[in-house]
Amino acid sequence: MPDGAKTIRIEVLRYQPGERQEPYAEVFEIPFTHDMSVLEGLQYVKDNLDGSLTYRWSCRMAICGSCGMMIDGKPRLACRTFLRDFEGTVRVEALAHFPIERDLVVDASDFVEKLPRIRPWIEARAPRDLAQGEYLQTPDELARYEQFSHCINCMLCYAACPQYGLDPKFIGPGLIALLHRYNQDSRDAAAGKRNELVHADEGVWSCTAVGYCSEVCPKQVDPASAVNRNKTASALDWFARFLPGRG
Amino acid sequence: MVRRTYTRPMEGWWRRDPFFVRYMAREATSLFVELYALILLAGVVSLARGPAAYEAWLAWLASPFAILLHVLLFFVFAYHTLSWFRIMPKTMPPVVVAGRAVGPRAITGAGVAAAVAASLAFVAVVAALAP
Repeated sequence: MPDGAKTIRIEVLRYQPGERQEPYAEVFEIPFTHDMSVLEGLQYVKDNLDGSLTYRWSCRMAICGSCGMMIDGKPRLACRTFLRDFEGTVRVEALAHFPIERDLVVDASDFVEKLPRIRPWIEARAPRDLAQGEYLQTPDELARYEQFSHCINCMLCYAACPQYGLDPKFIGPGLIALLHRYNQDSRDAAAGKRNELVHADEGVWSCTAVGYCSEVCPKQVDPASAVNRNKTASALDWFARFLPGRG
Repeated sequence: MVRRTYTRPMEGWWRRDPFFVRYMAREATSLFVELYALILLAGVVSLARGPAAYEAWLAWLASPFAILLHVLLFFVFAYHTLSWFRIMPKTMPPVVVAGRAVGPRAITGAGVAAAVAASLAFVAVVAALAP
C-alpha cells in the first residue's frame, strides 16, 4: 500500500455454503483512488487479499447488468458506484430478495425462468419475407416503447420491490416493463397472449405502487410506469367483459 | 450438484430504506381516510335517527377532541393528497400536449393545484351558505 494513499473499508456480507450455515460480515481495508468504482474495490480484494471472494461482473460500464448488489443498503451497479462517495466504510451485500448462491452472487433462476413467459420477442402483425424488406416504423411508433427497451436485466428493480421479496410469484417490475415494451411495439400482434399474464394474480395486481423500482433503475426504464399503466388497461379489460358480445 | 442457497428474511423490510418508510406512511394515511368516512357516515346515520341524534353529533364535532382530531386529519389528508399525486404520473399513459410529453412534475403539480382549488371552492360555498 503506497504511503499517503487514501483507504476505505469494504464490509462484505459473505456466504460460503459448505463452510458456514449463515452469512457473516467480513471487512477488508483497501487503498483507493478518486476514479475507483466499488467493483474495482472488490477486484482489489480478490487480487490482493482474498481470492475466494465471489461476485459477478463483466463489462465494467453499466451495460451488461451483471454487477448489481446492495451497496450501503441500496440496489446499485457496483461498476457505476464510486468509492469516493462513501465515508470510512462501504457495506456490500448480494442483491436483496434473491437467494444468495455465494458471497455477492445471487441465484437468478427465478428471473430466468420467468423471462420466456412474457414472450419477449416480436410476433409479427403482418409477417414479411426477406424480399419484402424490413418492417418500417415511424419515430412516434418507436417512441411508444423505446424507453422500455433499454432494460439490461440487472434485476436492481427486483431488489427494490418489497412485493417481490414477500411473494416471488410476482412477475416483477423488470419483466413487466419488457412485456410492455413488446405490447407497445407497432409490429407486434401478441399483446393478447401476454395480457393473460398481466391480468393474472402474479401480474400487475401484485404491485402496490411502491415506486422504488423506477428510482433505482440505472437505465431510466421506469418499470413502475409500465406496471401501473397496465393496471388501467387490465381494469378496462375486466369491465369490457360485461359489454354485450364479449366474455 | 446440490445448491445450498441462503434466503434472507423479510422481517422489518419497510424499515430498511427511508423510501419504504414514506411508502408505508402513504399507505397508512388510507386508514385515516377510512376513519373520516366513518365520521361522516355517523353524521348521516344520526340525521336519519332524528333531530336529537343529529344535534348530539354536531355537539361532538364541536368538542375539543373532535377539533384536535380534525386538525390532525387535515395534515394527514394533505400528505395523502400529495403522496398520491406524486405516484399519479406512473399510473397514466403519456400525456402529450403540442407534440411533447408532459413531465411528471407538471402532472403532480396539476393534481395538487386541482385539489387545492377544489378545497378552496368548497370552503367558499360552505362559507356563503353558512347562517
